[in-house]
Amino acid sequence: MAHIVIDRDRCKGCYFCIEFCPRNIIRISQEHNRIGYFPAEFIEEERERCTGCKTCAVMCPDTAIEVFK
Amino acid sequence: MNAIFKRPDSLKDTITHFCPGCTHGIAHRLIAETMDELGIADRTIGIPGVGCCVFLYNYFPIDVLEAPHGRAPACATGMKRAQPDKIIFAYQGDGDMAAIGTSEIIHAANRGENITVFFINNSVYGMTGGQMAPTTLLGQQTTTSPYGRDFKSEGYPIKMAEMLATLEGVAYSTRVALHSPKHVNQAKKAIRKAFEMQINEMGFSVVEMLSTCNTNWRVSPLEALKMLEREMIPYYPLGVFKERTGKDFL
Repeated sequence: MAHIVIDRDRCKGCYFCIEFCPRNIIRISQEHNRIGYFPAEFIEEERERCTGCKTCAVMCPDTAIEVFK
Repeated sequence: MNAIFKRPDSLKDTITHFCPGCTHGIAHRLIAETMDELGIADRTIGIPGVGCCVFLYNYFPIDVLEAPHGRAPACATGMKRAQPDKIIFAYQGDGDMAAIGTSEIIHAANRGENITVFFINNSVYGMTGGQMAPTTLLGQQTTTSPYGRDFKSEGYPIKMAEMLATLEGVAYSTRVALHSPKHVNQAKKAIRKAFEMQINEMGFSVVEMLSTCNTNWRVSPLEALKMLEREMIPYYPLGVFKERTGKDFL
């Protein structure tokens, strides 16, 4: 079982991870972060569907995503 | 539960000053990952050009020399000759390398200096406000070409990777793109190859990375990735243009 952790305060809201996630289990947060962007967030309810493919982390320009497996 | 992907040790915990969705961040991470994998982070010196890449010293825990505009290959030459055991890389944008520093890059490549140059091609001057660069595509609107670039008055976009590949001193010349996971993985292999060329003392290596500048292209980050694929790649084909396999120049 895999999951990802997105650092809310590093995310600048480009949403590359949402675009490239093959399982569509990342969404836009409803609350803005410390630097004023609406960050991406992992949908915890869909945690079982994450395969740990690292695609989101590979595309993240701000290195805000860590992948655990 | 182990971390299978985290920030590389050769990248500091600083939040970058890049705009949201700028692929400079991906390029920085790929270089840091490669330095970690090759174990050269303690003996690497980075030389950024002038442009958005200028704050490289904030993001890498390595020694960094700030070069005057366009002169990063010249500074890298001196640095490598003074300290041949160090790994030297220059990191330049297209305004820096293809416009202001054209003579420095061509002569450093022609001399076959044993350095690595990373060339970020986003087809505009990013930091100064989106002016036309030599790599701006025909018909592309910028702040200094508001009706689109016209070859009659401004000429054609320069293909640096192909041009440098014709020089005898160049060991490795390639062009990669940073707009999809597949291409990012290919870019990482190219960066690794370029560093290995320098470690094996094969000569000059250059990696051109097609990048986006969504702020100055006036589009969203996701649209910029699509624009890169749709408009830049047909003009700037990806691939390896020169790869030296042995020290045949001796």
